[in-house]
Amino acid sequence: MKFGIVTFPGSNGDYDAHHAVTEALGAEAVYLWHKAHDLEGSDVIILPGGFSYGDYLRAGAIARFSPIMQEVAEHARRGGPVIAICNGFQIACEAGLLPGALLRNAGLQFVGDTVIIRVENTDTMFTHRYAAGRLLRIPIAHGDGRYTADDATLDRLEGEGRVAFRYTDAEGRVTDAANPNGAMRNIAGIVSDEGNVLGLMPHPERAVDPLLGSGDGLALFQSLLARVSA
Amino acid sequence: MKYRVSVHIVPRQGILDPQGKAVADALHTLGFSGVAEARVGRHLVLDVNAATQQAAEESVRSMCEKLLANPVTEDFEIAGVAAP
Repeated sequence: MKFGIVTFPGSNGDYDAHHAVTEALGAEAVYLWHKAHDLEGSDVIILPGGFSYGDYLRAGAIARFSPIMQEVAEHARRGGPVIAICNGFQIACEAGLLPGALLRNAGLQFVGDTVIIRVENTDTMFTHRYAAGRLLRIPIAHGDGRYTADDATLDRLEGEGRVAFRYTDAEGRVTDAANPNGAMRNIAGIVSDEGNVLGLMPHPERAVDPLLGSGDGLALFQSLLARVSA
Repeated sequence: MKYRVSVHIVPRQGILDPQGKAVADALHTLGFSGVAEARVGRHLVLDVNAATQQAAEESVRSMCEKLLANPVTEDFEIAGVAAP
């Protein structure tokens, strides 16, 4: 299985993603330059974290016009898996691959921390290796992470089991105090209606080795490997 | 003809605007107790070549819908169209 990791001008999570899927997972990976028009046979696309185009206008607003995004959108339309992390999540929302938007953190501060997220749905290609309700310790690093959508969209996401991860406290309770950015309904990650695009603000690719703080993100990539290779 | 088109883009009413809230709090601290609410957005000035003023405005409206404003969270208003 081959991962394609898109590098935009301003990406900074691309090397971490490469490390996670090659070293920790043992899969193949290539970097895909944002100006390219070829996914080079990648089975899974990762839109990594960072500050593509300096977050000009709005985070992710300009990156969605990068040439490679046409191919990424086509890959997603065909049902190809996409992991959109942090800035990648912002780009995926701007590109219409996922509903909603990510706004300035409610506290106005950039937040770099390790937070707890709860696995809300284990019946996705990204989460089936987790136990239901499992609490993960995953780093976050963002200034614009407040997931926002209208009530109808939020209800639909919840009703269809498309909320993949939620911010909770250490006991798994959904509280305001455990919400690092003011995201509506403590939403940390969602999947697309077809279930093949995952967007999340936390960084699972920075949590693949207990020696570096947490290995809780690895099962996300293992879930995909099991599903895509099968 | 060249037209200068100004656009205001603000967070939609009802969506939490922490920047606006911080500004309102600061204004209250300064004694401007009459400020009920503040919202912080963007102001864009575009010089557009178009056949008519109306065409310039319609073109900018389309730009707002497609890129300049986020339809999920922001409202826009064309604040003025004039020859630059």
